[in-house]
Amino acid sequence: MSQTAVRNLGPATALTCRECGESYDLGARYACELCFGPLEVSYDYSQVSRERIEAGPRNIWRYRDLLPVPSNVIDTPNTEPGFTRLVRADNLAESLGVRSLWVKDDSGNPTHSFKDRVVAVALAAARELGFKVLACPSTGNLANAVAAAAARAGIRSAVFVPSNLEQQKIVTTAVYGGTFVTVDGNYDDVNRLASEIAGEQEDWAFVNVNVRPYYAEGSKTIGYEVAEQLGWRLPDQIVVPIASGSQLTKIDKAFQELIKLGLVEDKPYKVFGAQATGCSPVAAAFKAGLDVVRPVKPDTIAKSLAIGNPADGPYVLDAVRRTGGAVEDVSDEEVVDSIGLLARTEGIFGETAGGVTLGSLRKLLASGALDPGAETVFINSGDGLKTLDAVAAVAKPSANIAPSVDAFRKAGLV
Amino acid sequence: MSSISVRIPTILRNYTGGESEVSASGATVREVVADLEASFSGIAARILDENGKIRRFVNVYVGEEDVRFADGLDTATPDGAQVSIIPAVAGG
Repeated sequence: MSQTAVRNLGPATALTCRECGESYDLGARYACELCFGPLEVSYDYSQVSRERIEAGPRNIWRYRDLLPVPSNVIDTPNTEPGFTRLVRADNLAESLGVRSLWVKDDSGNPTHSFKDRVVAVALAAARELGFKVLACPSTGNLANAVAAAAARAGIRSAVFVPSNLEQQKIVTTAVYGGTFVTVDGNYDDVNRLASEIAGEQEDWAFVNVNVRPYYAEGSKTIGYEVAEQLGWRLPDQIVVPIASGSQLTKIDKAFQELIKLGLVEDKPYKVFGAQATGCSPVAAAFKAGLDVVRPVKPDTIAKSLAIGNPADGPYVLDAVRRTGGAVEDVSDEEVVDSIGLLARTEGIFGETAGGVTLGSLRKLLASGALDPGAETVFINSGDGLKTLDAVAAVAKPSANIAPSVDAFRKAGLV
Repeated sequence: MSSISVRIPTILRNYTGGESEVSASGATVREVVADLEASFSGIAARILDENGKIRRFVNVYVGEEDVRFADGLDTATPDGAQVSIIPAVAGG
């Protein structure tokens, strides 16, 4: 890709290595040439104010002054994700003995997961950087989001997923009509393959590989929205699922930015991470007091979180420890139980990742790590309709009866 | 001597004259990296840290196996093996 053109990426000014601090011009790069460390977008935030945000559209572009996207991003076709519901979960709070509990329900996005946020930012940046194809390795939700965003933008998509993915996520990707490849391997295998293909196909934007510095910034919008929807203030505690760890670190980054910009009051908050025990390398490192994450081979029903070698694992540990949080993990049985609890108490059908997050929240409450008297937000990052198999065995009709009032009476339902 | 094919990531191709795949020899990943260094001076310091370990944000594969799941730099590289060096910061 050409590195010479002047980029219009809004407030973004440079890419900076998180590890060694080396700085680069904005462009199609994602790893530091000196140490392979991850690159982060640097900004000039002189334009930002509550008034400008509140005057913006009811989607993530209300925060465009805080994102690495062209200032005219709202004029190009995109899925317009974000500004999902922040649900006051009083029934669930009562059942758990918690004073104040909120669900950030990101199943309300256009393809029913938080991935629409990151993909929209990646698409806008990829266009500006001259890429022709929108691509990704995915555990499913990202596949949906990339295929849909590319269709809406009128460009080609190329999506790679593990072949053992849930059937719902296969169908909800294939329907958008891009190039869609199932790979005989786990997500980490697919991720490696995508990294190698990205080195060959120079006009393919793998959103979470060679465009990852821009893509990942999209998750900040979850943090911005939570604060704005609480009336421009931060919660005391937030529980976030961990796959690569990017969502958690970017929500923390969003809170830090809002404090620095004076958009919210500076106050302490704690960030908690949630994993499935069958893929819990970050939780294991946290519990062992380590600052490196040892990769694992995933084995869990929470496939959207089944990344055995999480790229941002070390930074999750930093954020969680800095804020006084923790990382917890739960069994597949606990995941299924929590999917049911959220559905029964609040009418929200979360996917397995939502079950992981609520399950971990419950475990953190039981251990005393979470304060039941403090205001708590947790993320439901996707829609239960995409992971039906997880609950099919326990979510069943109350009865099957003949079409007669007599049969109804005999069924003992009243 | 064994013949190993090594896939070079984009950000190291300035060492290999733009080549995305080069030949090297060696019975282990450690020997392959040393042989790469003999051909492309400076490349080993990009792959290994100051203690001689694989950098935190570099993944090395022999075939499809992440060497961190095998014997690290001592992982065997049989004749004809494919070694891939890949930036680790990807995915999710």
